[in-house]
Amino acid sequence: MNTSLDIKKTYKLYIDGKFSRTESGRYIQWVDSKNNQTINFCHASRKDFRNAVQASRNAFNNWNNFSGYNRGQILYRIAEMLDSRKEQFISELILQGKSKKKSIQEVKQSIDRLVYYAGWSDKFQQIFSRVNPVSTPYYNFSSPEPTGVVSVIAPKNSYLLGFISVIVPAVVGGNTVVVLASEDNPLCAISFSEVLHSSDVPNGVINILSGYCNELAGHFSSHMDVNAVINCSSDLKDSELIRKNSSLNVKRVFDYESIDWTHVDSQDPYLIMDCQEVKTTWHPIGY
Amino acid sequence: MSENSKAKKNSSMSWKYSNALESIEHISISPVYKLFIGGKFVNPISKKYFHSSNPANEKKLAKIALAGKSDVNKAVLAAKSAYDNIWEKIDPKERGKYLFRIARLIQEKSRELAIIESLDGGKPIRESRDIDIPLAAAHFFYYAGWADKLDYAFPGRKASSIGVAGQIIPWNFPLLMAAWKIAPALASGNTVVLKPAESTPLTALKLAEIIQEADLPAGVVNIITGDGTTGELLVNNPNVDKIAFTGSTKVGKMIINSLAATKKKYSLELGGKAANIICEDAAIDQAVEGIINSIFFNQGHVCCAGSRLYVQESISNQIISKLHSRMDHLILGDPLDKNTDIGAINSKAQLKRIKMYLDIGKKDGGEIYQSKHSIPKKGYWCAPTLFTDISQSHRIVQEEIFGPVLAIQSFRTIDEVIAKANNSPYGLSGGVWTDKGSKIFQVSKKIRAGVIWANTFNKFDPTSPFGGYKESGIGREGGLEGLSPYVNIVNRN
Amino acid sequence: MINPIMVYNNRIDQVGCSERVNRIFSRSIKTESKIWALYKILSMIDLTTLEGSDSPGKVKQLCYKASHLHDQYPKLPQVAAICVYPSMVSIAHKSLKSTNIKTASVATGFPSGMTNCKAKLDEVRYVIDEGAEEVDMVISRGHFLSGELNYVSDEIAQVKTACGKVKLKVILETGELNTLDNVRMASDLAMESGADFIKTSTGKISESATPTVVLTMLEAIRDYYNKTGKKIGMKPAGGISKSKLAIQYLVMVKETLGNDWLTPNLFRFGASSLANDVLMQIIKQNKGNYQSSNYFSLD
Repeated sequence: MNTSLDIKKTYKLYIDGKFSRTESGRYIQWVDSKNNQTINFCHASRKDFRNAVQASRNAFNNWNNFSGYNRGQILYRIAEMLDSRKEQFISELILQGKSKKKSIQEVKQSIDRLVYYAGWSDKFQQIFSRVNPVSTPYYNFSSPEPTGVVSVIAPKNSYLLGFISVIVPAVVGGNTVVVLASEDNPLCAISFSEVLHSSDVPNGVINILSGYCNELAGHFSSHMDVNAVINCSSDLKDSELIRKNSSLNVKRVFDYESIDWTHVDSQDPYLIMDCQEVKTTWHPIGY
Repeated sequence: MSENSKAKKNSSMSWKYSNALESIEHISISPVYKLFIGGKFVNPISKKYFHSSNPANEKKLAKIALAGKSDVNKAVLAAKSAYDNIWEKIDPKERGKYLFRIARLIQEKSRELAIIESLDGGKPIRESRDIDIPLAAAHFFYYAGWADKLDYAFPGRKASSIGVAGQIIPWNFPLLMAAWKIAPALASGNTVVLKPAESTPLTALKLAEIIQEADLPAGVVNIITGDGTTGELLVNNPNVDKIAFTGSTKVGKMIINSLAATKKKYSLELGGKAANIICEDAAIDQAVEGIINSIFFNQGHVCCAGSRLYVQESISNQIISKLHSRMDHLILGDPLDKNTDIGAINSKAQLKRIKMYLDIGKKDGGEIYQSKHSIPKKGYWCAPTLFTDISQSHRIVQEEIFGPVLAIQSFRTIDEVIAKANNSPYGLSGGVWTDKGSKIFQVSKKIRAGVIWANTFNKFDPTSPFGGYKESGIGREGGLEGLSPYVNIVNRN
Repeated sequence: MINPIMVYNNRIDQVGCSERVNRIFSRSIKTESKIWALYKILSMIDLTTLEGSDSPGKVKQLCYKASHLHDQYPKLPQVAAICVYPSMVSIAHKSLKSTNIKTASVATGFPSGMTNCKAKLDEVRYVIDEGAEEVDMVISRGHFLSGELNYVSDEIAQVKTACGKVKLKVILETGELNTLDNVRMASDLAMESGADFIKTSTGKISESATPTVVLTMLEAIRDYYNKTGKKIGMKPAGGISKSKLAIQYLVMVKETLGNDWLTPNLFRFGASSLANDVLMQIIKQNKGNYQSSNYFSLD
């Protein structure tokens, strides 16, 4: 009889395009109630977050300067990679307690969502840019530019679809993100980093942490080099803390807690625009 | 040089402009102004008053009601009732027509409004007459047209009004800021409680009279005067659904803080320390004029003022000497004189703050140049000022002074100057001057700020969005973007 | 020989320039400062007649008018000069003998300048022989626009040599130069080549002195002064018939070049009907009522 021992995988953080252990040496044990299977995740610390922000900041200038076309290509590549690993994600969702039917549906929707936003990469600017008809002899136009580094607290209860739905609008717009995976079920998000890793996403554009919201929300919102926070935590204390801390450097705060990500109307370019700044440029018309 | 001065003595006489004072005969300022709540001027329940005075001669202009807690509450309830019963339901095209009416009335009363603006705030009549008041009217005209066209502004989604907007405005462009706040709020179906700045309430109260004259339904716009505490009460009033604030970053942060436990929306227009970059291939004389406009417009009381000047090394001396001679032709004095370029500093407190920065600049080793003017004995004045021999780490380079004080540094390469321009917690505006098109696009793209003036500075238009990156604020005012802070995107789920 | 780098280095933004003009023109000049300006303007006028139909009689009348602007007002200044065609120079010169008014002549194939350099120099020598104390030359716009800056420069330099101590005003004919960049370039080039004055226009094409052109030229003069210490004069010509506009130009001179330039030695108006409007304004200022042109002689 051929027996071989299961390989117990260690799930790491994804920071600056590298799979790294938490500097804190802590871990979170995740137990599958049905099979009594356990998985260990890194228990990210504020220093891991700090490193991730630094990576995001370094990546921002580069990513921001990618053409929309190029960003779209990369997002579509992520969709392709997710599609080629869909069995893995379906089984992970099942493992985390979803029905098979719902799991298949969620992976399909996740791929669709990536494709949806990939398609916006070189179009939302056209929808939200304008030439403003000023009454003086000036050419005046406004167009969106990414806000910068965005910290994201991903939905607790939509491990894959919700996770993708909240980070991708920011990323397609040229922002870089540090995202905290669902603290109850981080598996899909952490596996997703492997998809990213094989998808030509430049290092540092998407950084994924596993850990606890109540430990990290304060840091996610107080870091002075973070420009915006997307908050999906339903805990009012977290929300209040985030809003309070955002005053430190006038962070933009977006609360997506109530959005149902399975609904097709939960995707729109206005979510991309949340993490955009409109820049208006004036120039005289003459000779 | 000595020949030059001889020549000056020999010339028969130098030509000085005679006084050209704007006549103030036809304006009316009441001795007392009450609160404008529910379409009527009412006595403050607080029974408190303060004075608004003319910063050019320190004379009191009028006694102004100070809204206390009950007054704020009363105003907010008036706005809420007007929202629930009238404004939310009214045919949008009728909303637009009210705004058109207000715009027309501002135009008709433009001279009176300009004079009062200059009396109350100290700004030169040339600016209030040619810039503040016409732009205020234009702003109402622009948003009037949006009222029944909101579906076109938010393609694919529906935008709905928010409710009662509490709006707090600063003292640097009193009527214009009132227009920036009220017009988009009303166009998108909200009702308003506006609090003008303590030192410049008069034109907002004149606007209240105009609103009355326009027969705007009672309570749609309420104007309550007061100080910082009044503003705080407005921010924290539970029936206010949205806060719009223009003012300092410090107060903006306090507002974010106090709204943390609520679901209130907010938009903020905060401070700035704009970099104005002059490249060696710029049109020099126009750049010099642009620098003058960037920092001495409205005595430098402008959040988007180009207070950090970066001049490319090879033209640095030339620019500075041209600035000196241009500054010597600026006329400082009575704001009501049509030839005045530099009016009075808005308040004693602001003058004190500016002087503090002048001292800091000098103490930190900066080389100061001030144009020579005879400073009137009464009132608050500051001569146009340049600082050279300074660096990024000087406080006068980092902090917003909000006065006619320019910090000048030179640079060698474009990459260097972009890095320096972005080396600031602010990101409201920026300027770049070059004759080379591709350089304009490169520099303007890389400056992290909401408004970039290329080969110009301090231009405003109702169709043009205005607002900051980073600590300079959240949201835009003006243009289509200016509607967004006053609507909720609905039918998302 | 001019230095091309110097010439090309000054760019003008049209919109910014016209905004500066608007700001200058928004100055409000009242009471004493207005009267001062009106008197000054009279003294700066180059009273001009440049018609193919000019006759000795007309030139004599003009010269009389120049020194008797309005005899009811004895303390009025005289105009600065009479400006005529070459064939009228001797008549003008004789008529002005007992005055301080200068005789100025256009030359160098005025107004088009479409002749050879030798003919131009001969004409300059001729008008000086006839008694011209000031020469208003035109630049070769064709050469300028085709990029032959050295040709234009050499020509100005040769004319200046021919002029000797006679004041040389160089007409750029800015209406044919198309852009303010060109106006600036031509101004720099003329000053570098020996001009004592630079002048906007011949008055013979539809576009004459415009405010942005005048400002651009004044700025060129200021920069040249700062560089060399030499004070070059300025003469806007054509289209300036109202005293309000003339006062606005004085404001422009004052705020660009300073009070030093507010003298007929350094600033002139090339105009034919400006004088009467200024006179009407002076009398209005003194008497308080508005005037009618019927009371002012028409020469």
